[in-house]
Amino acid sequence: MSIASGYLPILIMIVLGIVLAGALSCIGLFLGPKLRGEVKETPFESGFLRNGMAGHRYDVKFYMTALVFLIFDVEVVFLYPWAVQVRELGWFGFVAASVFLGILVLGLAYDWKKGALNWE
Amino acid sequence: MLIIFYIFAALSVFGALGVLFLRNPIHSALSLVGTFFCLGAIYVMLNAEFVAVIQVLVYAGAIMVLFLFVLMLLSSKDSGDYVNKWTIGKILAGLLSLGIFVQIAGLFTAENLELGPKGTYPLEVVEEVGSIALIGRLLFTDYILAFEIIAVLLLVAVIGAVVIAKRRFQ
Repeated sequence: MSIASGYLPILIMIVLGIVLAGALSCIGLFLGPKLRGEVKETPFESGFLRNGMAGHRYDVKFYMTALVFLIFDVEVVFLYPWAVQVRELGWFGFVAASVFLGILVLGLAYDWKKGALNWE
Repeated sequence: MLIIFYIFAALSVFGALGVLFLRNPIHSALSLVGTFFCLGAIYVMLNAEFVAVIQVLVYAGAIMVLFLFVLMLLSSKDSGDYVNKWTIGKILAGLLSLGIFVQIAGLFTAENLELGPKGTYPLEVVEEVGSIALIGRLLFTDYILAFEIIAVLLLVAVIGAVVIAKRRFQ
């Protein structure tokens, strides 16, 4: 269990985060003044007035961005073992990772050229 | 150690039940994030650090973003009233789940389980080197070709996603 015990600080952070967030919310709930009014009841939209309901259809552009993000996220996952072993693997590892990234930059260039990264 | 496992196992089952029983699909998706995260914690306890990282980074991160965006694309108004019916598919799924359950339960109750021979990388080696370091070492030496082919595979995915989406939506 030596590997898992190295994750103990993360577990403590998670527990601490949950306890802290829960405690602060509860303190606000019990000690804060409760003033109700028409303006306070509206959902907070960073100072803007509410603009339609939340359940409407969103643009497909969000999905496109998510799809491209997913693929580049998987790419980063494969670079992670290289980052851990970067000194041991030396120049060979660097060249191998460069080839890996070079192939994927072709995909990025294609997406860029086709305008998949443009919002408009 | 065992108590932490039980906590995460219970939370992951709880999250999975939330996916099934919460009415709002967005809430179901967020419940699934919790389940994925708890599974990641369990993978860490199995000394599978790399799988845990993938679980959190790819599943709880990227795949769930995709799920949420699909839900946002469809919008909750389109779902309509879902009628719970018994269909052949559901009966088959139930039988299949029961079969898997019996299989796993049989594994736990079986007496004197015979373990196979140890592989090249038993737990002692993994604990000494670290599982991610070991994967990195193997990926860049023995499996370097497979690693580069992954890049080609991802390239196909990157281009394919854009080609299909552009044709459909424009």
